[in-house]
Order: sequence, then C-alpha cells, then structure tokens
Amino acid sequence: MHSMKMITTYLYSRYERFWHWLQMALIFLLLITGLEVHGLYSLMGFEQAVNIHNFVGITWLIAFAFFVFWVFTTGEWKQYVPTTKKLFAVIRYYSFGIFKGELHPVPKRKGAKHNPLQRLTYLSLAAMLLPIQMVTGVFYWTYNSWETWGLGFLSLKVVALIHLAGAFFILTFIIVHVYMTTTGHSIFAHIKAMITGWEEIEEGVEIEDWEKASRKQFSETVS
Amino acid sequence: MMRKKLRQYFIVLLLLGMCSLVFVPMPSFAKQEQEAPGLELARQAVKAERKTTTADHSQFKALQQAFASGPEISKACMSCHTKAADQLKKTLHWTWLDPNSPKNNQKGKAGYSLNNFCISANGTHDHHCNECHIGWNAEGKKAEIDCLRCHGQKKINWEEAFEDYEYFMESNDPEEKALAKEVQAEIQEAAQSVGRPTRKNCGSCHFSGGGGDGVKHGDLDPSLINPNRQLDVHMGYDGRDFECIRCHTTIAHRVAGRIYGTPASKTRQSLLEHDLEPKIMCESCHSDKPHKSSGKMNDHTDKVACQACHVPKIAKILPVQTWWDWSKAGKKKDGKPYDIIGPFGKPVYQSTRGETRWEKNVIPKYLWFNGSIQGATAKDIIDPSKLVKLAWPDGNRNDKNARIFPFNIHSGKQPYDTVNKTMATPLLSGGQGYWSTFDWKDSIERGAKYLNLPFSGKIDFVETAYVFPSTHMVAPKEDALECSQCHTRPSSRLANLTGFYMPGRDRLKLIDIAGWAIVLCSFGGIVLHALGRIFTNGRKKEE
Repeated sequence: MHSMKMITTYLYSRYERFWHWLQMALIFLLLITGLEVHGLYSLMGFEQAVNIHNFVGITWLIAFAFFVFWVFTTGEWKQYVPTTKKLFAVIRYYSFGIFKGELHPVPKRKGAKHNPLQRLTYLSLAAMLLPIQMVTGVFYWTYNSWETWGLGFLSLKVVALIHLAGAFFILTFIIVHVYMTTTGHSIFAHIKAMITGWEEIEEGVEIEDWEKASRKQFSETVS
Repeated sequence: MMRKKLRQYFIVLLLLGMCSLVFVPMPSFAKQEQEAPGLELARQAVKAERKTTTADHSQFKALQQAFASGPEISKACMSCHTKAADQLKKTLHWTWLDPNSPKNNQKGKAGYSLNNFCISANGTHDHHCNECHIGWNAEGKKAEIDCLRCHGQKKINWEEAFEDYEYFMESNDPEEKALAKEVQAEIQEAAQSVGRPTRKNCGSCHFSGGGGDGVKHGDLDPSLINPNRQLDVHMGYDGRDFECIRCHTTIAHRVAGRIYGTPASKTRQSLLEHDLEPKIMCESCHSDKPHKSSGKMNDHTDKVACQACHVPKIAKILPVQTWWDWSKAGKKKDGKPYDIIGPFGKPVYQSTRGETRWEKNVIPKYLWFNGSIQGATAKDIIDPSKLVKLAWPDGNRNDKNARIFPFNIHSGKQPYDTVNKTMATPLLSGGQGYWSTFDWKDSIERGAKYLNLPFSGKIDFVETAYVFPSTHMVAPKEDALECSQCHTRPSSRLANLTGFYMPGRDRLKLIDIAGWAIVLCSFGGIVLHALGRIFTNGRKKEE
C-alpha cells in the first residue's frame, strides 16, 4: 500500500512538543479532578480534588498564555486558519478512503502540518472550547468575589454547567484525537512524531500554495 | 537574528511563568503542616487565661453572720455589691421577658412564649418552671434574688438546711442546738464559697431545661460540666477548659447571648476590629478568615456558619430528647399513672407527659439562620393543618446576614384551641395542674386564665417543632466535617437546602446524560472505525 518512499522531516519544534504533552498532562489532571468535583466518584476526596483542580487550572492559564504568545510571534497561527478546501476530501477519506487503503488527500508536510479537518478542530479547540473553559473556570474559581466585582448577576449554576459541558466536549475530543493518532502509516507513527519531532512523510508531495507555511512567509518578512 | 532574540525572550518568559506558579495557592499535599491563622488569633485573644480574685469572701463580716433564710444571704451580698440587684433585675435572666418584642404580645417565659416541652410557664404561675428562676423560692419575680444560684461554688440543699436550722434552733435540747450550729456552719460555708459562675452554675438550669438532663438543647447537657476536648474543644479540661462565661462575656450582669429574636451579635467582628465586642461569636476570637489560605474554606464563611462544620454532631455523650407527644399523656394502669423506661435509661412513656423519644449522636439539621429565632406565642393564630413551628430560625439564602447553621429540632404534639386557633397553655404543676388532675380542659382553662387568654373549651393536638441552634460541643478540628459530607449526592448533609448550585451535590441531569452520550458515541464511533480498518486491511492482504 505504501509504494512511495518515506523520508523523515522535522515537524514539531521543541516548544510545540513540550506544550502538547504539558497540555495532555494538565487536561488529564483537570478531567480526573473535575469529574470528582462533579460528584462522579470519590478518588482523592472532594477537598483534594478541588485544590488540585484549582492549582492545575491556574498552571494551565499561565501555560496557555505562552502558547498564545508562541502561536502569534512565530506565525504558527496561520496553520489554524480554517479552510473548506479539501475539507470534504479529508472527511471522505476518513469515512471511506481509509478503509480502501487510499492515500491521505492532505498529508503532513513541513509548514503544513494540519489538514483542513485538523485546522477546523484545533481552531475550535484553541479559540473557542479552551477559552470557554478558561473563562468559566476563572469565574467558578473567583465565585466569592463576584459581588465586589459587580458580577453579582452571574449564576454559579450556569457557569458550572457550561464548564461541565466543555469538559464533556474535551473528553470527546481526546477520545477521537487519541484514536486518530493511530491512522498514520503505522499505528504509533504520529505519537512518535509528537515525542521526537520527526515525522515520516512521503517523499515528493508538494505543498500547495493555499496551505503554504506561515513559517516561510514569516522568515521572509522579518529576516 | 530577530527570531533568535524572540526565542530567547520567550524562554525567559517561560521560566518566569513557571516561577510565578509558586504564588498560586498550592494544594494541601504540597504544604507543610502549619497553624491556621484563626487558631493563632484565638490563642492570643484568650492568653490571660484565668482571672484571679483579690477577695476572700470567708473573711467578710457580712458573710459570717447566722443565716436563717436565703434572702438573708442575698441581703448580705448586696451590703457590699450594692448595684448587683438593680443590674440583675434588668436582665433576661430575671425578667424572663424579651425587651425587644411588642408589649401586647411579649415574648419570654414570663410572657406569651411557648415551646413543645412544658409548653408555657403561665406567666410564672407554674411553680415547677420557676425552679429555674434565679430567686430564692418558686414565687418567680416576687422572690428575692438568689445570688448563689449563679455564684455559689458549693451546692447544698438550701430548703432542707434552713428547715433543719429553724427546727433545731427552736429546740431546747442541747444536742439539737449543737446540730443547729453544725447546720449553720454548713450554710455559712456555702454562702462564703462564691465566685464567678462555672459550667456547673449555668448548667444547673441550662443543661436540664424542659424538666430533665438533655431534654432541650442537644448541645447543652450535664456532660459539659466536666467535658474532655473531644466533646468540646473549648470547654474540655484537656483543651482550653473554658467556663461558659469565657465566651458569654458579661457586662453589669448582662450575659452575652441571643435573646429570642435578637441575635447574640449583630456584627461578625473580631476583637481586633472592636475590642469591646462580646466574645460570643466564633469570629470574635477566630476572625472570619480563620483557615489556612490554601484551600476554599475561607470562601465559605460568608454563607456557612462555623458551627455547620465544627459541630458535626450533638448529644455525643448523653442522649437528647427529640420527640414529645403530649396527646398520649393521661393513660393509666390500674387507675394509676405510670412510666416506661426505654433505651439510655430515659422514659419513653409517662402518664404525666406522654410519649418521648431520645437519641444520641444526633446529626443536626441545617437551616439558613441570621441569628434571630422567631418564636410563636400563645396569642399567635396557627394553621393546624401544617406543622406548627413554635421556634424557627429567621433568614434565607438571599439574606446577607444569613448563613447555613446546624440545629437540633425537637418535635412533638401538643394541645391547641380548635376554635380560637391558638396554642393551648395548660397549667401543669401544682394540685390543680394537669400532672395532678389529668384533665386537659381544666388545666388549659386555668393556664389561660393566668395569661388572660380566651379558651373555647375545645381542643385537639397538633404537631409542632422547636429549634435550638447547635453551637456548643465544638469538635476538635480533626472531627470537623469533611467537604465531601456536604459536597456529595444523594446523602449531602445539605440535601434539604435548595435554590443554589453546590458543586458535587447538584447537577443538571440533562447535561450529564447528553455529555456521556456524546462521549460514548464517540467511543463507539472509533471502535467501529477501528474494526472497519482492521477488517478491510485484512481483506487487502488476502488479495
């Protein structure tokens, strides 16, 4: 099925990998403790769960600020610009083509590491779901100050339930996301790439203009 | 070039950011064991532990005379403490009247207040109730003040002692005269043994209200005369060994505490904010931010009273009465009244009182409370189709001063006037009281007359409830409630309080179901997808 020659290319920078796995750890902790706070099970006790959730939440906020800084200063944000181009091709691929051994319509390349579906998913995540979680989380955390901040109109129930709904979406994302890592040319190829930074890609696939890396443009303009 | 600089800048920021985590409240597992600020504050507030006295009362001439009656002793006291009687007679302890309630429907034991224990003091005409009035006999406010009730450190049977003394004095037998001297010596010794009120003094009434030990409060009973710190961390002999007046601070015989609808303290200030405030509130010594700043605990003190977590259960050693059904009273065996003693050695049935229930290690009920308790009176119109709340805390979730507070609820059944729709006030003690006649109508008629209240002659029994705030028997911190005892479902201690969202206790089923549905669907989806891949790839290989 893989008749093309594979070459390895450096796809994920050190910071990017660090951020990815830090995110994973933080989200894992937040989910475990958050669902305990929601009364789903009793693992470490409500008090400990709340304390850890708050601590990890604040850690997350700080770490996310760095991600925002990174994504804008490096121009990586362009990799998150959504497009409908080939979007349906990718959806078709995961729905049918993958079973027939077809090639991915938008394979990973340096400077264009997100296919249109990933762009859409990661943009919704980074620009919508995660900010919603952060905003509702901060409100939840600062509940006692609402009155003095003039936010008395807020309802803890609404804030808590939005935060919970967000958690369910994140959990859903994780399930699909982890599964999708197995759809590379080998089961662990994508995971290995996120650890080492080097991804095996098929040689000779050209990057199309519309998805051209921001990195290149960025270096053109600044250097 | 530019990129490299940016990169360096970024790394420095990253390191700084990681360092700033130090300032984030750390979870407790990472913290060293250190003292809560509220504990430290309180320790300073009560540093000068014992008050000393400069007077040895046995040296005073006024107390060395022969006393033939109680009032003579009080007169001797007041020959030095000239203002004491004036001070005392203005206090609730003497008047039994709530000064802050309307005159035409005045609350208080000497007023129209009633409860579901011995129901009414019939305007201090029920002499049995007057046993706890601080006068020298059962005549209520007509009697002379009995200073020794609160200040006497040696308890003797005064009535018997004075009777014996009188009897022996009148005798001409030298042996009996000698006996009179002996009795007088005993009287004098007791009269001279005076001091500030101890737990025993206060407890002689407050631990046995309602006609017996632990009938009323649940958090106040004779186990507190000599408690260990496990029972009460403040009063325990192996704890701080506080007397009642350590917190119920007193000015001119006015003891700090709640008076019916008037809160014990209207402000929740610490002594640091106002050093002349009574020490009656927990906050007085512990401040309103008593816990370590690492957790969420201090964020609770605006809505949850300290007692809610720190008085996790009451009646820890002695049982408390939880139910008193007057409607069952009056049964007789062979024409005679009888008692049945049940568990804990407490009566479960008495012909004179009816059916009672007792419990130990009672978990309090939690209600919103702004410090004021609304008490019903014999003049109030009731709705007999519902539970009649004779005493119930004031406050709700939207009341800024209200917090969740633990209560002991005493329930029961008692008579009411079915025509006037008012609670009945039977006279109980004495030859014409219910305990002698077992005649409800007659005793209610008599009781009503003492209060100048109408009585239709028609009665029935209605279920009533009466609350006592659980504020004593403060547990050591290791026994305080865990977060999860309220933040849980469905067995939350606060399950009955609604109208607000509480993490761990509350949820919206719709979101939970929808959330898990999405999670499960996605999981099912990937399983199918994976199976599809395995199946089709397998087929390919065969080709």
